[in-house]
Amino acid sequence: MNLDRFERCGEFEWHLPAHGPMRVPVVIFASRALMQAMDAKVLEQACNVAALPGIVQASYAMPDAHWGYGFPIGGVAAFDPGEGVVSAGGVGFDISCGVRTLLTGLRREDIQRVQARLADTLFARIPAGVGSTGELHLSAKEMDAMLQGGARWAVERGYGSEADLVRIEECGCMHGADPRAVSEQARRRQRDEMGTLGSGNHYLELQHVAEVFEPAVAAAYGIAAGNVVVSIHCGSRGLGHQIGIEFLKEMVIAARDAGIVLPDRELACAPLASALGKRYLGAMRAAINCALANRQILTHLTRAAFREVLPEARLPLLYDVSHNTCKEETHEVDGLRRRLFVHRKGATRAFGPGHPELPAEFRAAGQPVLIGGSMGTSSYILAGLANGMERAFGSACHGAGRAMSRHEATRRWQGRAVVDELAGRGILIRSPSLRGVAEEAPLAYKDVSSVVDAADAAGLARKVARLEPLVCIKG
Amino acid sequence: MVTRWEHFRHEADIGVRGFGATREAAFEQAALALTAVLTNPAEVAPRMPVRITCNAPEDALLFCDWLNALIYETATRHMLFGRFEVRIVDGRLEATAWGEPVDIGRHRPAVEIKGATYTELDVRRLADGGWLAQCVVDV
Repeated sequence: MNLDRFERCGEFEWHLPAHGPMRVPVVIFASRALMQAMDAKVLEQACNVAALPGIVQASYAMPDAHWGYGFPIGGVAAFDPGEGVVSAGGVGFDISCGVRTLLTGLRREDIQRVQARLADTLFARIPAGVGSTGELHLSAKEMDAMLQGGARWAVERGYGSEADLVRIEECGCMHGADPRAVSEQARRRQRDEMGTLGSGNHYLELQHVAEVFEPAVAAAYGIAAGNVVVSIHCGSRGLGHQIGIEFLKEMVIAARDAGIVLPDRELACAPLASALGKRYLGAMRAAINCALANRQILTHLTRAAFREVLPEARLPLLYDVSHNTCKEETHEVDGLRRRLFVHRKGATRAFGPGHPELPAEFRAAGQPVLIGGSMGTSSYILAGLANGMERAFGSACHGAGRAMSRHEATRRWQGRAVVDELAGRGILIRSPSLRGVAEEAPLAYKDVSSVVDAADAAGLARKVARLEPLVCIKG
Repeated sequence: MVTRWEHFRHEADIGVRGFGATREAAFEQAALALTAVLTNPAEVAPRMPVRITCNAPEDALLFCDWLNALIYETATRHMLFGRFEVRIVDGRLEATAWGEPVDIGRHRPAVEIKGATYTELDVRRLADGGWLAQCVVDV
């Protein structure tokens, strides 16, 4: 990306003043090296977002921003409830895709003797990959209850405990979900997919805490160097994908019929106050609940797998974050507290210390921000910062982002060679698809550490711990 | 005009593109490119027909609907498709896709497709009289 047009505000903050149809500036948080490597499409898309009606303060891009759909992936934008819009493309197809991390109370040496057995048991227990199906098939009534209740619904049916719920954004249940706004097609697509991991960049990883940067915060989160944790990355499965597809088309046609020329069809949106906007919000919130329920069921399956191998292990939830959402939140803008609809597309909520929505035990430390790496590389746990609330509506990065296409990855690497190379480093991969493994090869992704360093240095969130993988279940 | 399909580069996902002598042939070729995101289309036996119908007010939206209908049938029937026949009249697409149930061991499917997107979406007649149909799919 050409940096000449930007005004630099500190080492890690780049501003492009509003011009042409833009209503607000673009602000990108990144190092110079990340900016130079960033696709020029990121700026084009961030500028398009800056021109949407009702946008407040700025169109933001996180350090891992890359070319997305309408919005850049790693994009954050907040809209006024009266004049603003909600965008199906701004949330994305994988609604409420996110990461949750479970503590195990085990140390790395406890795992080593059973690492292969644990890998095989997790792989047998967790449905992963194309065509995999869950054991739970919901009736129409239960589907409605799941779409209303999210992880709370799952806990009420025995998948976990009440203690899990306070460790999930929205306490595990997104309010305002409207199951009536979810089509029969979306429900049918979910029929066999409850409690499934999916494929692509979704995974379940057993990790060890390799490095701690903030011991006091790490202690508040219940982690210390040498601990073993489990992280699960997946979203709202087929139901969320179908809702994204259907509402995007409806918003494109509505814009066309209203004579609105969009610079990019994927920017299609509807006024928040319109019937279409409200219906989308209801369906999207139902998809958030689907994602939360899905991760809760996967947690239950993970606990069952651990019980088979390490019966003494307990796996309490550290935290669960979503990174493809639009949520109504209160933020301070120009000294005034305002209700806003905050889109985070490939960006993690990162609320700072004292925020009332955080569980009491994390209120002093700030929200855990869970950042997934690629297979075989580090993942990170960060903490939200008080001044991060002013920077990008309490948001941080979400992961590494791809450095090359899937085609290029399969041209460079063989799946078997990737599995063998990682096994040589003590990382066990279990996947039904070697081609899928090749497409997800570690070097096909950007360096997550440079992304996290930039997020920390920019004041979006602070580094707490670095995790390294021991076992990775890939779809 | 050579009837063929190809993938094109997208940073996070994959572009699918079909070329054909007619708009219908380009749609059929792009459907093969869609299957090739998952597995080798030549390995999919066209044993079972599935009928698909879509409506959209313009060619580009109709193309996206066509791919999304195939993604839906793949996901809900747990099938892969290897042969296609498309007819388009007045914004209405009627098609048959032939395929078979996913066999994890034989097909070794690489990745699920979440949806066909409007990114790089294009359906047009080329200078040589043939047709192109393309978009990026989210995986």
